[in-house]
Amino acid sequence: MKINDVILQTVAKVVVFIILTLGVYIFLAGHHNPGGGFVGGLVLASALVLLYLSFDIKTVHKGLPFDFKLIAALGAFTVVAAGVGALFFNESFLTQTFLSWTWPIVGKMGVSTVTIFEAGVALAVVGVVITIILSISEDV
Amino acid sequence: MIEMMLIVSLVFFILAIAVSVYRIIRGPSLPDRVLAMDLVGINLLSGIAIFSILLDTTAFFDVILLIGILAFIGTIALTKFIERGAIIEYKRDR
Repeated sequence: MKINDVILQTVAKVVVFIILTLGVYIFLAGHHNPGGGFVGGLVLASALVLLYLSFDIKTVHKGLPFDFKLIAALGAFTVVAAGVGALFFNESFLTQTFLSWTWPIVGKMGVSTVTIFEAGVALAVVGVVITIILSISEDV
Repeated sequence: MIEMMLIVSLVFFILAIAVSVYRIIRGPSLPDRVLAMDLVGINLLSGIAIFSILLDTTAFFDVILLIGILAFIGTIALTKFIERGAIIEYKRDR
């Protein structure tokens, strides 16, 4: 029997972008509001899980040819590097700095090194969650 | 008056969640339990929406959107499990 999943795939193509937008918003809202790298990474991973559900592993890997174990390792390395980088400025481990100046177009905006740390956390969470879900979904 | 209505509706949402929890514990089959879990999620979403009206705040919008997305993905996973037996396939048979 041929299975018809046109509606699921059409809806998933639209909803994935909504979930990815929410994930980036939650990731960037982590400065002053609830959110941050961990929750943002989980939401991004749930968008990828929706893709894997509505399509299949082979199709998704043709569009996203990443090894998610490598992404998790890269995220963990970024986290440690953001912590060790403070040692070169005679500060203690994981010291973060904050800097704000006036940009040409957007006006006054702050830049912080916590964002690098949070990006590493988000990458690690996405890699680990997708690796776990793909591992437990394999046929035994 | 509006506040009274909101509180009464919150109480009814809590009752609906309690009935769903009974179905989760007692449910004869697996799809009953999963569907009751989905019902708990939807009722929780509605309850949080009523609660944010009651507190007159917009701080819970992220929570509402997140619970909605997770319930949606859970429903899709349940239907795909019932339909095909495998949730994530390696290659679709076309």
